[in-house]
Amino acid sequence: MIKVEGITKSFKVAKRSTGLLQAAKALVHREHTIVEALKEISFTIEPGEIVGYIGPNGAGKSTTIKIMSGILVPDGGTCNILGYTPWKNRVEYVKNIGVVFGQRSQLWWDVPVIDSFELLKDIYKIPQPEYKSTFDLLIETLELKEIINSPVRQLSLGQRMRCEIAASLIHNPQILFLDEPTIGLDAVSKIAVRQFIKTINQEKGVTVVLTTHDMNDIEALANRVILIGKGSLLYDGNLEELRKRFGSQKTITADYRKNPNPIDIAGTSVISWSPEHVVLSIDTEQTLSSEVITKLSSQLELLDVTIESQPIEDIIIQLYKEFQI
Amino acid sequence: MNLYFKYLLILFKSQMQYRTSFWLLSIGQFFIPFSVFAGLYFLFERFGQIKGWNFFEVALCFAIIHMAFSLSECFARGFDTFSSLIIKGDFDRVLVRPRSTFLQVLGSKFEFTRIGRLAQSAIVLLWALNNLPIEWSLLKIVTLFFMITSGVLIFTGIYMLAATMCFWTVQGLEVANIFTDGGREMAQYPLNIYQKWVARIFTYVIPFGTVNYLPLLFILGKTNGNDLLYMLTPIAGSLFILPCFLVWQFGVRHYRSTGS
Repeated sequence: MIKVEGITKSFKVAKRSTGLLQAAKALVHREHTIVEALKEISFTIEPGEIVGYIGPNGAGKSTTIKIMSGILVPDGGTCNILGYTPWKNRVEYVKNIGVVFGQRSQLWWDVPVIDSFELLKDIYKIPQPEYKSTFDLLIETLELKEIINSPVRQLSLGQRMRCEIAASLIHNPQILFLDEPTIGLDAVSKIAVRQFIKTINQEKGVTVVLTTHDMNDIEALANRVILIGKGSLLYDGNLEELRKRFGSQKTITADYRKNPNPIDIAGTSVISWSPEHVVLSIDTEQTLSSEVITKLSSQLELLDVTIESQPIEDIIIQLYKEFQI
Repeated sequence: MNLYFKYLLILFKSQMQYRTSFWLLSIGQFFIPFSVFAGLYFLFERFGQIKGWNFFEVALCFAIIHMAFSLSECFARGFDTFSSLIIKGDFDRVLVRPRSTFLQVLGSKFEFTRIGRLAQSAIVLLWALNNLPIEWSLLKIVTLFFMITSGVLIFTGIYMLAATMCFWTVQGLEVANIFTDGGREMAQYPLNIYQKWVARIFTYVIPFGTVNYLPLLFILGKTNGNDLLYMLTPIAGSLFILPCFLVWQFGVRHYRSTGS
């Protein structure tokens, strides 16, 4: 469905120098540096997938989305989406995709949301019956009924984001690109937006590519992540695999009946300790957590034990460090 | 075209959210050219005529260029304020919608308050026409209509050129005002009162002369030569927008390869 092969893109960036003299010089002649935003990026996405596209700021996420949505023309490489090359035949291609830029609105600010939808119907030349059924479905699944008649400027950010996503789905696209859909939202709205993305993926089979900095988005939605850093593809696979490869650390927290002896178990390190409570960190590649618990229970009278995997957030931080991005 | 009206409608609705502001701005727009026109009036009060043109003839000249200007500012405002679309990054949105960039940018903004300016110039137009001994014919009416249309197209063309510059830099776009405001100020008088080279620039480079001066000679019966030629000048002037269109396309292509 989406096949990206060897995409490269570089930008010419004007060098900014300090000092008055340098600034005056820049008026006449500017030095440029070439920044390679994308280096030979390749991946394939199948219909119905939800793919999380992650990486630190400036990694090239937005550039990739812009290339895939036909806004930018890459310097090299090929891209085939639904049989189209996005940057050729722009008008024909974009009928099949929906794009949400989390930081920018596509709705008309001063008029009720429904008016924006009506205008989009004309922009996309959607036949009335088709429009009606999509519209009804979106209103129902997104619970937009109450807000559809308010002007956009009166909506909260969360409400607006739901409308934004609905607006980008009104023409029934097969692919949805979401660029930071949960940015700036509160916890409740984030969950609502995630839920919605999941629903349309399941019910309408829409393929979703989303970029985000919130790893909870990825955990809740994506069965697959693509990690990019400094323009190169670093990891492409499912979340479990990522965990196994990079997140072998686990923490074990145990409560027990008062015991003044310090705890020392081979293969673990103590993070915190009190006579009733201990937090241990283990590397599951070397020690099994069940062995640790067995040892613990032989030494102490255990009351409660919890095992936690390393949060995905930490894994990503570790990854960024590892790849020095 | 249908979609253009839909854009018009939704933005008119938006504008109506701010009624007071709309009325105040419209009234302001009514009085801005009014003061310019008053200047014109007192000039003729003092000198009677300029190079064989009397007051009402020049008033007609004035009315036509100002009507064209206000209409273009109202309906092609999207190109006039295009830099804001670039700065906010909303041009990316235009590119992911399945319509031409031209239509979408045109539909991105309208300036309805220009109705004030339009009303003012319409009044001047009627006043001037009432006081001029013109023998009307269908051809002349058609010509008058073409004159205004061609003016709108030329102003729009200049906006497009300025908008295209935004793809390279969003600063220093004031340069374009030399041609829009400057052109308007120049063309509110008949071109033959200026130096030859000025008249030439405004006939062959930026063809404001074809909006009012040349066809007015036909309407006022001042031609020496082929009437038809003078009558058709507005249509020739309208062609100005075609190269602008190509330049715009070139700009869009540049934007899509550099992303800035």
